[in-house]
Amino acid sequence: MGTSTDQLELAATRGDAPGAPGNDVPVIQFEGVHKIYDLGEVQVHALRGLDVTIRRGEFVAIMGASGGGKSTFMNLVGGLDRPTRGLYKLDGVDVSSLDKVELAHIRNRKIGFVFQGFNLLSRTTALENVELPALYARLAPAERVERAREALRIVGLADREHHYPSQLSGGQQQRVAIARALMNRPSLLLADEPTGNLDSRTSVEIMGIFQRLNRERGITLVLVTHEPDIAQYAQRIITFRDGKIRRDERVPHPAAAEEVLKNMPVVGAED
Amino acid sequence: MDFVSVVRVALRALTRNKMRSILTMLGIIIGVGAVIAMVGVGQGASEQMQAQIAAMGSNLIIVQSGSRQAGVVHIGFGATKSLVPADEAAMLQEIPLIKSAAAGTSTHQQVISDNNNWGTSIQGTEPSYFDIRNWTFDLGASFTDRDVTEDNNVAVLGTTVYENLFPDGSDPVGKTIRIKNLPFTVVGSLQPKGQSGMGQDQDDNVYIPYTTLQKKLSGQNWLQNVSVSASTKEVTDSVEQQITNLLHTRHRIRAGQHDDFQVRNLSDVADAANAASGIMTILLGSIASVSLLVGGIGIMNIMLVSVTERTREIGIRMAVGATEADVKRQFIIEALVLASIGGVIGILFGLITSWLISAIAKWAVDVSLISIVVAALFSAGIGIFFGYYPAKKAANLDPIEALRFE
Repeated sequence: MGTSTDQLELAATRGDAPGAPGNDVPVIQFEGVHKIYDLGEVQVHALRGLDVTIRRGEFVAIMGASGGGKSTFMNLVGGLDRPTRGLYKLDGVDVSSLDKVELAHIRNRKIGFVFQGFNLLSRTTALENVELPALYARLAPAERVERAREALRIVGLADREHHYPSQLSGGQQQRVAIARALMNRPSLLLADEPTGNLDSRTSVEIMGIFQRLNRERGITLVLVTHEPDIAQYAQRIITFRDGKIRRDERVPHPAAAEEVLKNMPVVGAED
Repeated sequence: MDFVSVVRVALRALTRNKMRSILTMLGIIIGVGAVIAMVGVGQGASEQMQAQIAAMGSNLIIVQSGSRQAGVVHIGFGATKSLVPADEAAMLQEIPLIKSAAAGTSTHQQVISDNNNWGTSIQGTEPSYFDIRNWTFDLGASFTDRDVTEDNNVAVLGTTVYENLFPDGSDPVGKTIRIKNLPFTVVGSLQPKGQSGMGQDQDDNVYIPYTTLQKKLSGQNWLQNVSVSASTKEVTDSVEQQITNLLHTRHRIRAGQHDDFQVRNLSDVADAANAASGIMTILLGSIASVSLLVGGIGIMNIMLVSVTERTREIGIRMAVGATEADVKRQFIIEALVLASIGGVIGILFGLITSWLISAIAKWAVDVSLISIVVAALFSAGIGIFFGYYPAKKAANLDPIEALRFE
């Protein structure tokens, strides 16, 4: 497993994943980040001094047991929450000092979210779901529709733009969600267990879309997963435990979703 | 989000629960409708009252002969003999603010035409009386000042008297009627006036020159009242005071002594009546406003339910970049759209109700444009006011919690 840093977080303190891709511009920089949830009687120390750097164009999988700090990490990266202590820079901007409105703008312009449960608006067509981020970016209606169609084309759902989520399969719904995440052309895509609700073939298809976006558009991808074989599609795996990084390793030969699919039997005709 | 998109999103959210939206709107519809109809009824009544007051006479002041004390017996107004035609002449001469005046005295007599008779009040007065009271003639005209100086036997009939003496509806002008066995020539009949504010039939009178009444019917040389018209509404108080002072002098009443006359200023009555009808309008309007308020609370209730139901949606919107202001605006616009649609339907409902009230109950209902505009703005205001709290609640949701909401 490459130059694994099994010796706990020692190597991770620098946050430099060994052998990062050629582009050296850091997208995510965590320096000594702590997150403490005050639940009244108890204080939950979810992140305990996190140092990590993720560079432009990386495809990173986040793994670890529940309660290890993965979700907290993703919430902080996604600008849904702010660190209690420490520094978080996104594209060189210190996010920890931004107010709520600025955070909303960051989420809107720089980050795309993909969730385990898809989180599409029900009784709203695929196209309108995809348009949603552009609504808050105050994009002109004509350009909004044009971009949303383009995003649906990228995920291979150009023919389903007027379908409602209830008329789409799980895999299709997740693709709509990915199209929505791409809408404002973010540099960073955050996926929280995107394959958790999908069967194995659809999971690989979704990973294929991620790999293609990463490869062809240079989008930085951070993906949380419980499944080790899903993590193998990433270039780098960071493992959390007890609010710290336990392992941070490169995947020497990431699995190629397109190749895997060729050897996979088609079960039913889901997509 | 641009405004058009916000409204479209709001409309979609509202049509998602059509029944609920309609029931919520019903509160506003009834509220706005009730306000418009009730204010309409109030204003209609107010205008009717003002019309009646205007019919009593322009800038009318009535000087009445006063009460008299005979030993321990207190005799009511009209009992003194001290108000005389000379007083009227003095008023006209010495108080320039008086436009005109008419002496008045009355008696009750049986009036007889060819085939009919009718017991009625005989009012002795002057031609100026009909001008002062703004009374117009249906047929013929008033007797003249010359009739007064010559105490001629001429009469003007009120509608009720005319209808009873001439039930066939024939033209009474030139006909002879008999009062206390004296022949009187009818010179005119008045247009109907209806009941006075006090419930008297103002048409049940015969008007003759006061001199004729004094000399031929009652044998009295004093007056019961003098009707005075001030030149403008503003000077009625001043005229009232000047008349009082003049009569004090003429009747030699010293300070502290009991007046033997009474001056009544009808503009005071008009003001009081206006105030009363204004209070009635406010009362009706505020009772109706309560239902509008209840409608507003209904909106708030539904919006709160809606926010809870759509917690996840709010989380999604926030995750993709909606600011708190965006979320707040979305829910306020939703409440506003709900209230505005309800308001528009409510205005129609109010107009129909007002029309029904005036058609069925024969009430004067006056729906003014301003009450419609106010109702429209008010219902929009209700939407914003009662939508604000749920919207704020939505905006303050933590996106992480909201996304986790099942």
